[in-house]
Amino acid sequence: MPRILPWVALALAIAFPLVAEQFDLGFYVSFASRVMIYAIAATSLNLILGYGGMVSFGHAAFFGAGAYTVAIAMTYGLDSAWLAWPLAMLVAAAVALLIGALSLRTRGVYFIMITLAFAQMMFYVFIGLKAYGGEEGLNLPHRSVIGFGLNLKDDASFYYVVLALLVGTLVLLQRLVNARFGRVLQAIRENESRMETIGYATYRYKLCAFVIAGTVCGLAGALIANQTRYVNPNLMHWVISGDMMIMIILGGLAYRYGGLLGAIVMLVLDEAISPYTTYSKFVIGFVLLAVVLFAPRGLAALFDRKTATQPAKAVP
Amino acid sequence: MATRPRLSWLPRIAGGVYPDPPLGYNPRGREIEPTERRQSTMSGLFLFEQGLNGLQFGLMLFLLAAGLTLVFGIMDMINLAHGSLYMLGAYLTASIAEASGSFLIAVPIALVATALIGMALELAVLRKLYARDHMSQVLATFAIILIANDAVRMIWGAQPVSLNTPAALSGPIDLFPGMSYSAYRLTIIVVGLIVAALLYLLVTRTRTGMLVRAGASNREMATAMGVNIKLLFTCVFGFGAALCALAGAMLGPILAVQVGMGEDILILAFVVIVIGGIGSIRGALVGALLVGVVDTMGRTFLPMILRAIFSPVVASNAGPALASILIYVLMAAVLFWRPQGLFPARG
Repeated sequence: MPRILPWVALALAIAFPLVAEQFDLGFYVSFASRVMIYAIAATSLNLILGYGGMVSFGHAAFFGAGAYTVAIAMTYGLDSAWLAWPLAMLVAAAVALLIGALSLRTRGVYFIMITLAFAQMMFYVFIGLKAYGGEEGLNLPHRSVIGFGLNLKDDASFYYVVLALLVGTLVLLQRLVNARFGRVLQAIRENESRMETIGYATYRYKLCAFVIAGTVCGLAGALIANQTRYVNPNLMHWVISGDMMIMIILGGLAYRYGGLLGAIVMLVLDEAISPYTTYSKFVIGFVLLAVVLFAPRGLAALFDRKTATQPAKAVP
Repeated sequence: MATRPRLSWLPRIAGGVYPDPPLGYNPRGREIEPTERRQSTMSGLFLFEQGLNGLQFGLMLFLLAAGLTLVFGIMDMINLAHGSLYMLGAYLTASIAEASGSFLIAVPIALVATALIGMALELAVLRKLYARDHMSQVLATFAIILIANDAVRMIWGAQPVSLNTPAALSGPIDLFPGMSYSAYRLTIIVVGLIVAALLYLLVTRTRTGMLVRAGASNREMATAMGVNIKLLFTCVFGFGAALCALAGAMLGPILAVQVGMGEDILILAFVVIVIGGIGSIRGALVGALLVGVVDTMGRTFLPMILRAIFSPVVASNAGPALASILIYVLMAAVLFWRPQGLFPARG
């Protein structure tokens, strides 16, 4: 990808709400925020799935954990974004540590099934928790309070906050995968036994990456709770985990912008089809099948062939 | 525990709002005969009845897990679409039973049809995925789920389809004085036991079974010894699909026949396989019975125990949540002490 392109995209993204307001397209500002929130979640998954080669099928657990933390904190009167959002990340990190510590003891097909099962367990727990709405979920009375003259009730302000966090996430991913930690992680993906033999504690590296990804995904969860002002157990449903994986495979595994591109393609596609048919998943299913069978390296590979890394092998 | 029927289970992510009715609480779907377990009182008989319910559910889980574990074991391939075949089996049985008026005619036809669909699926899509990584397998079979769910919704509609218990088996029968049990559930247990026994004989006593076991323990070596693994696998896949359809047909009258029914039970089947060990039929049987009994017992007795120790409020708040995590705790415990499952097929 040419070096200038991300900056052009950023400039366009900054200008977007101003232009949209002129043409009375407020809905699309909100829609763009949602796309960016899913982009943050997908990018966090890309760290472990693309760079780490861990096929985690339970990422929605952290998404839901973050969202529920913000919602539950608000029912107890804690509505400051500066407290609730880090708390959401902390809770998601704790959940990721627990799930990761157990599931990383295994590999291959086991790992996929176990992450899926634990996420689904969270889903059933929150359906069973009648105190926090059970399957009805919780309504948030308002969005988090951020101060500094910013009011998140305003969709454009919320958009800019999400945009800033997305840029932060992308920069973090970029720094992380090019640091020693990221190099080790990618080496583990390529050949775990070799890394173990030359003395790396591979389990700890993988667990660390897993927790970082869970934490960032918790932030995305906190944002989605604010965006919709409503949380329910469906946020943790495995379909959401699947959607995040679809985004990455569409966008490109182990590409910096894979998560972002995938979120844009997936959500825009869904939004574009749904007026015409109630069976939008039918179309997405075929698109996904075609991409997996015929273009397994995703869309980002079309832009950038030079720095392409190999797609993840089947080693978690 | 009767829950509302689910009209459309897929949350729409792009819509941002989640207008669909929430998912049913019970991972097995909607129980249509909720009264029968209320009638008995807390006693040895009640315990026995719940044990039978657990056995019945466990045996049906085994039918799903058996096919799944062989697919995992032989081809090292993860197949999420297994649940879709289960759903298809239930829908086909319901449609044929309605058209022909006979449950007994419907089941074999649905079994054969689902097996053929399964084999077609294997030939058309899954065969291309064996050499690929797990990630591709997950995503491709996930795509098949999306397609299958919407296809079923197009053909049969979003509303649950009714599949009635055959009239001859609809009443309770007396097992012994003072203990009556649903005849249909008893039939499920008997069918489940017969199929489990046949499967055991097939896998351990026949030449085909020997090839399957050889494929599961070392695929390359089996190929080198001249086993046609591709053909064998297509057959195993079709056989697994038929077992799925049998489970769907038998559970259909007890649970709701609806879109998404396959996914809930698929995850339980995964838990069974993780507990039992990939590729092992014996492990699948033990795991399925463990999960079936622990899950059924937990849902019945945990709220009771909580009510006795704490208060009704605590029991109704925390009971269902705690009961639903029991099998996952079981899975975590097995993983902790036996990461390869109870009966690993590979050394």
